[in-house]
Amino acid sequence: MAKLHIFASVMRVVLALLALAALGLARPALALDTAVVHKLAFAETSEDKIAAINALVESGDEQAEPLLKALLAGSVQTSGDRVLIINGSTAIDAVTGEKISPVPADASDVVLNNRIRGVLDSAVSALRLVSHDRATRLKAARELADDPRAAALPVVDRALARETDPEIKGLLRIVAASVHLHAGSKIERLAAIRTLASSGNSKTETLLLPLVAKKPDGSWAEPDAEIRVAAQTSLADVRGRLAWGERIGLLFAGLSLGSILMIAALGLAITYGLMGVINMAHGELIMLGAYATYVVQNLFHAYAPGAFDWYLVAAVPTAFAVSGIAGMILERTVIRWLYGRPLETLLATWGISLMLIQAVRSVFGAQNVQVDNPSWMSGGVQALPNLVLPYSRIVIILFAAAVVAGIWLLLTRPRLGLYVRGVTQNRAMASCLGVPTARVDTLAFGLGCAIAGLAGCALSQIGNVGPALGKGYIVDSFMVVVLGGVGQLAGTVYAGIGLGLVNKLIESWSGAVIAKIAVLVFIIIFIQKRPQGLFALKGRAVEA
Amino acid sequence: MKRRAFVKGLALGAATAASGLIAPRILAAEKTVKVGVLHSLSGTMAISETVLKDIDLMTFEEINRKGGVMGHRIVPVVVDPASNWPLFAEKARQLLTVDKVAAVFGCWTSVSRKSVLPVFEELNGLLFYPVQYEGEELSYNVFYTGAAPNQQAIPAVEYLMSEDGGGAKRFFLLGTDYVYPRTTNKILRYFLHSKGITDADIEEVYTPFGHSDYQTIVANIKKFAGGGKTAVVSTINGDSNVPFYKELGNQGLKATDIPVVAFSVGEEELRGVDTKPLVGQLAAWNYFMSLKNPVNTAWKAEWAAYTKRKKLPYADRPLTNDPMEASYVGIHMWKQAVEKAGSFDVDKVIAAVGGQKFSAPDGFTIEMDPHNHHLHKPVFIGQVRADGQFDVVWKTKGPIKAQPWSPYLPEDKGKKEIAVKMTKKT
Repeated sequence: MAKLHIFASVMRVVLALLALAALGLARPALALDTAVVHKLAFAETSEDKIAAINALVESGDEQAEPLLKALLAGSVQTSGDRVLIINGSTAIDAVTGEKISPVPADASDVVLNNRIRGVLDSAVSALRLVSHDRATRLKAARELADDPRAAALPVVDRALARETDPEIKGLLRIVAASVHLHAGSKIERLAAIRTLASSGNSKTETLLLPLVAKKPDGSWAEPDAEIRVAAQTSLADVRGRLAWGERIGLLFAGLSLGSILMIAALGLAITYGLMGVINMAHGELIMLGAYATYVVQNLFHAYAPGAFDWYLVAAVPTAFAVSGIAGMILERTVIRWLYGRPLETLLATWGISLMLIQAVRSVFGAQNVQVDNPSWMSGGVQALPNLVLPYSRIVIILFAAAVVAGIWLLLTRPRLGLYVRGVTQNRAMASCLGVPTARVDTLAFGLGCAIAGLAGCALSQIGNVGPALGKGYIVDSFMVVVLGGVGQLAGTVYAGIGLGLVNKLIESWSGAVIAKIAVLVFIIIFIQKRPQGLFALKGRAVEA
Repeated sequence: MKRRAFVKGLALGAATAASGLIAPRILAAEKTVKVGVLHSLSGTMAISETVLKDIDLMTFEEINRKGGVMGHRIVPVVVDPASNWPLFAEKARQLLTVDKVAAVFGCWTSVSRKSVLPVFEELNGLLFYPVQYEGEELSYNVFYTGAAPNQQAIPAVEYLMSEDGGGAKRFFLLGTDYVYPRTTNKILRYFLHSKGITDADIEEVYTPFGHSDYQTIVANIKKFAGGGKTAVVSTINGDSNVPFYKELGNQGLKATDIPVVAFSVGEEELRGVDTKPLVGQLAAWNYFMSLKNPVNTAWKAEWAAYTKRKKLPYADRPLTNDPMEASYVGIHMWKQAVEKAGSFDVDKVIAAVGGQKFSAPDGFTIEMDPHNHHLHKPVFIGQVRADGQFDVVWKTKGPIKAQPWSPYLPEDKGKKEIAVKMTKKT
């Protein structure tokens, strides 16, 4: 089986090479046409430049690809009447291929607008269709299917005749069909419409819509009823497929927001939920975690730029430690003296939050700081033709799940977890049995704050990091903990995910402003129904 | 010309040397004038406004070095209204009544300007406002050195509708929820109607200040674009722009498919963003850092040197942008007007600002309109480059006159473009 596979791929390469050779024989390699290159670089209007690009693509010249690619990358400059492809400090003359070093001082960029860039995109994709590598061809075909243009048609037709891979063939058929849709005979158009029905691309909808549209005077824009009906059917198919992408996208967005809310609230679920401390500085502990990430990032930038992609590995424990230690100091110096006095705790921790904000402002400045994503967290995975799931959000969902699992293990397995639960349930009895309640308090509070630090590390990857970061999350965190039921960790998880989903669901049909208001109203009604939810004197506070 | 500069330099050098010798006595007798700087240095708008405070201070220093305003050394009074709109009014009142400043340079968001406006009108103060805005305002006490809608929003949308701009047929108007985006979008809606685009092809969406989760909105843009060639007009303000552009990049929305034109995003706002996925996204302004002209080159060099000397956080990558240029021009217009009026008196200065000309870093000698308190400005449409700078892809031939009252709004018909002093009610 494996041998057969290798044989097939070798055959494919041979075939491709043969085809390429045939192409080369048919068109002897020429130097690029000076007039065309000059038109490309110096033409005043977009029309002229596009004509030059099309001429280059249709010529099938091997030298066209590097020039067009360089143009797309913004590394083509002009100096006098020469057109240069810049490569670092040296340059190559696009027409003669002569090396020029150094780059002339008067060289200036060739500026492209979006229209030209679009044409250029599909031109480069079209040229890549002859590549030997299947992945390259597939990518090129995908790009073309995203943005089908008439100019690419001759190249696509040539590639279709040669292509053996069914997936690439299917994509190329869609490209050809999109072009044939408006120009061509009735049979060609009908075939094109039917081919398009199998596409899940949102562009297809745009292509088909004009066929079923009405003119302002009420008559159909497309006179042929048969084509109209076919287009209607295909459109329904395409829309059905797109709707799935949208639904899954919405679910993912809700899950992502939910995981963020959950991770922000988890620490509070321990300090407020289990210990009964109303910690208004919780948001600022999140902020400390985010700033710890920022500092680690800067250290990596300065001392280990090569390992920059992995700075989060160091940032996560650092954020955990920084916020945890800050929390323990807070507990030892302030909160410990206020157990059982929720109002004073609230005021004291609120004062501490202001002090922390001002401290960060003095050290790092009032402006937001920039936390870069590692390169593996930028971009996203193409789950469906109209759905991209960003890596950063996937990572955060997984991270949040890992943190929940970690806390659950910590509270159920080791002795510390047993102590924390014991002290929460019956402090006097736990104390009698020799549990060092004071130390357990410090450690438990430190743990809650350390988790806030982890949240800060996660948030730094998707939002802004500034001194006011915490303020945006404190209300949300309390909402999640209160909604989930004070004193329950599982409740926080459900409430976080639930609020995220509800928020995104409302947002999708009423906008972000209304969604925020609606969620708040919902919480208010909830507290009206269950007044014991917020600031309930539970656990520790009752006993004191 | 060169010789004159040389002579001036000599004179200045001599003066500096002399003042160095007898510094204490001169200092004691030195004449000063206080001016206010009212920009948010913390909160959601700090991303945009902090740098305006710094360019203001640089301009004051430049003027002081050249002999001050009518021989008076400028003493800036810097306050931080902290992106808090009522605090803007409070700080403005403090500047005018306690510090008794001759003029105030400040505000970014229109909501902050609307908040200080009654204070300036009541106390007859003088405000130079350096940011593009929605128009629909003409106060005797304010000079608007940023763009009115016809100098930014309308040309940008016209460009999007042109073939080079992508020939957009549908418009997704996305903004932060306050007066500037709402009014601008209202004007744009009327404008689009006049171009034959119906309400079905216009979608208006707002987010709160500081919003950071743009997943749903970007997904909705994609969905909306299914109905035809779409362009996004963004009036998002402040640090929300960073997560918005990050989300655009992560979800793979390219400018060639769905261009986004922004009215409040410049070089400074893109500092915190990886710009590679954003190449080709558009911004409409009256100045870009990448403009090539001698005034701009000198100005950029002055700013770079200033950031180094003052060890500002952006010294390693000093950027300039449109509101910075407008701030710089505004301060010089005020200086020239004071010198023409021969007095710091607010009424006399206001009468003298109209008609002032200044050779600006945008490459033109721009003029303050004699009547409507707005600058005549050139319009540029720029496209984001991989390095976070902008390439100019479209521009007007020269400065165009501002229309604070939009010709597209029915309620603005017949409004006069003359700023009238508010008479105090007795």
